Amino acid sequence: MNSRIGYIAFNTFREAVRDRVLYNLIAFALLLSGAAILVGEVSIDIERLVVVNLGLTAVSLFGVVIAIFIGIGLVSKEIEKRTLYTVLSRPVHRWEFVVGKFFGLTGTLVVNTFLMAIGVFLALLYVAHKFEKMDGWVLVALYFIVLQFLIVCALALFFSSFSTPLMSAVFTFALFVIGSLAEDLRGFARITHGVGGRLATAIAYVVPNFSALNVISQVAHGDAVPGRLILYNSVYALLYSAMAIAGAVLIFQHRNLK
Amino acid sequence: MTAIEILDLEKSYLVGFWRKRAKLALRPLRLTIEEGEVFGFLGPNGAGKTTTLKLLMGLVFPTAGRARILGMEIDDPRVKSQIGFLPEQPYFYDHLSARELLNYYGQLSGMAAKGRSARVEQMLTRMGLSDAAGMQLRKFSKGMLQRVGLAQAIVHDPKVVFLDEPMSGLDPMGRREVRDLIQQMRSEGKTVFFSTHILSDAEALCDRVGVIHQGELRGVGAVAELTSGKQGKVEIIFYAPRVPAGLTSLGAEARVSGDMVNAVLPEEQQDAALEVLRRERLKLISLTPVRSSLEEYYIQKLRPTEGRDKESSKGAGV
Repeated sequence: MNSRIGYIAFNTFREAVRDRVLYNLIAFALLLSGAAILVGEVSIDIERLVVVNLGLTAVSLFGVVIAIFIGIGLVSKEIEKRTLYTVLSRPVHRWEFVVGKFFGLTGTLVVNTFLMAIGVFLALLYVAHKFEKMDGWVLVALYFIVLQFLIVCALALFFSSFSTPLMSAVFTFALFVIGSLAEDLRGFARITHGVGGRLATAIAYVVPNFSALNVISQVAHGDAVPGRLILYNSVYALLYSAMAIAGAVLIFQHRNLK
Repeated sequence: MTAIEILDLEKSYLVGFWRKRAKLALRPLRLTIEEGEVFGFLGPNGAGKTTTLKLLMGLVFPTAGRARILGMEIDDPRVKSQIGFLPEQPYFYDHLSARELLNYYGQLSGMAAKGRSARVEQMLTRMGLSDAAGMQLRKFSKGMLQRVGLAQAIVHDPKVVFLDEPMSGLDPMGRREVRDLIQQMRSEGKTVFFSTHILSDAEALCDRVGVIHQGELRGVGAVAELTSGKQGKVEIIFYAPRVPAGLTSLGAEARVSGDMVNAVLPEEQQDAALEVLRRERLKLISLTPVRSSLEEYYIQKLRPTEGRDKESSKGAGV
């Protein structure tokens, strides 16, 4: 990695870690994992299912909230506070700034997810008293959640490169919700004909397919995740976020910082 | 060698709901600043000073024209390692300490790890920030932040330094410190381009000044020349309880301040005035020729000139 991107990424990570909001969200996630344990104890024979479902859903939701709320401010906050001026007056390319910011936030989310994952596995150990082979698939579900974060961060960064923080949050969250229903949208597109069908097909394939990245229910039931899906999802998430980042760079490259 | 060469740099913004109206922020600007020079860019708020600096820093893009710094085009990536910039009312990453911030900017400026820490410590000492070096910037006062701002602008030892309103909002002590720092930069041979609307600072620091108003450069001149011009008048200060009648008849404009009289009168009446003082047995304190000030030059350049101002008001709204 280019060293300047690394410095910007590390500074972004350091800022997020020193931000108390991030700590609060981790605390909330841990609390939710605690709630999962309680629910698990009152459920009969489905403790594992409840803990995995609740724990991973909490990891995903808290991560998405962090990704959106920090992601939308990555560029706009720097412009508003004019911290960007002293960065871009140095030998730093605008694209390096955007990519560095992206890596900084995704790095923060990876660390955050890692800490939350420890909470989920501790909860699993608490209810089941031992780990089983099928618990390994929880790691795959966590990996897919991180891939979701990559896309959400990239989208937040893309929208914030030309829009206000509030509108960026609305756009990103809307795309997350629509993308989580992408499979249903594709099903709807298949049974619809004419202009409506073509429009539904276009939307279904343009919005990020978050539903393909959600295997929480599957792993909660102990089902395996096919290796092909892991490969496809990895390539898809990387390409989609790369395209969103490229869009953000293209817009930011020509923006006047008034 | 020429440090900064601005060649008809121009900037207009599209405004209005449909972004169809062009608002002129900077009329074609042509200006040359030599290496080692301290240049003051003067003008009232909204005159186009910050726009010019942002154009030179590559933060906004010119509508037309170009500029060179140290012989390189401003979009040449090599330029950025040779320049330092302090924005107006700077705000820095307040989660960082002064030491971390300077180290971060040093990294971004391409400073080698070896020697960077020593340079950062040197800058902290020079700015009087050694004791607060480990404190987060959110706890810094405005004056301290301004010193951090100056430190970040020169931490990588640039050849050309751009400062946007560096004394703005500072108390007299803070202003004095910034002035001393600019003097130091001059003695180190750096080229300093700073914008200000505080004329006394410009008069004390600059080799040359440029006056900009309504996005148009109205004049450029050497401070020494602008302030050396005689006005054909002399100022006489002497002890007296009231203005002697003989002095008034010589056409003096006089005022009494305590037990002193301050009188300004035409140079050719100087001998006659001294004769009046001798006759009245009054004690002379000083006699000095009245010289033109930077303020007069500034006001003169800002004064509306019929054709130009009609044109500029038209341009600003188009």
